[in-house]
Amino acid sequence: MENFFFYFFAALTLIFAFLVIANPFSNNPVTSAMFLVLTIASLAGLFVLLHAYFLAAVQVLVYAGAVMVLFLFVIMLLDLKAEEERHIRAFGLGAGLISVGAIVSIFLISLLKAPLLSNPAPIVHGDTLALGKLLFNQYSLPFEIVSVLLLVAMIGVVLLSKKELK
Amino acid sequence: MTIGLNHYLVVSIMLFCVGLFGVIVRRNLLVIYMGLELMLNAANLALVAFSRFNDNLDGQVFVFFIITVAAAEVAVGLALIVALYRKRQTVHAEDLTTLRL
Repeated sequence: MENFFFYFFAALTLIFAFLVIANPFSNNPVTSAMFLVLTIASLAGLFVLLHAYFLAAVQVLVYAGAVMVLFLFVIMLLDLKAEEERHIRAFGLGAGLISVGAIVSIFLISLLKAPLLSNPAPIVHGDTLALGKLLFNQYSLPFEIVSVLLLVAMIGVVLLSKKELK
Repeated sequence: MTIGLNHYLVVSIMLFCVGLFGVIVRRNLLVIYMGLELMLNAANLALVAFSRFNDNLDGQVFVFFIITVAAAEVAVGLALIVALYRKRQTVHAEDLTTLRL
């Protein structure tokens, strides 16, 4: 049963991810954003299979909720009618295929040399309690620093969005 | 055959390659950004898989921080794209040639 769900969610993730970047039916960024939401939702399914329940919830809340709403707002804010007619160039396609092939070959070589790790360790449950304990004891300093980072990002966005940049 | 670490790593590298391919091939800045998000998510999947199969929760904490930083990055990046569009009326990477000699 778990095997079936793994292959199901993995296939969904990859198909939707491919439709994000190369949709044969539409070149519209809104379609890409919608498929990105589906990709992230199926990735959350994979997280549940890995017993990372808290991260699956955060993935749906933060990515599929907040980040994608931001994306859609910006897409609707910009008037992108004229952009739809352009096509993918052969040079870009070649460069993309070469770089992707290089990365895949590096990965395959390292995977074949590594020992097979297929027997799972005793299950570690990534629920809210366990993760919260770790986050507020061992990782409390990075947690606070991240909150400062969010503040900096917020101030930066407000400054960037002002009418005249000085 | 049980699903092991290798299966998840293969899915992760394929997702990463799809994202990288999108970043290189597409010319719309917004879609390039979505490709970046895909690559970040591929890294997250690899980290969660390592955390699960090594009996160690530190990887999941790391993913939590990555998600936070990615949210901040998206906010700043999209604000930059909006500012750029206001100045140049385009979000097409080929039209941004100010730095070209």
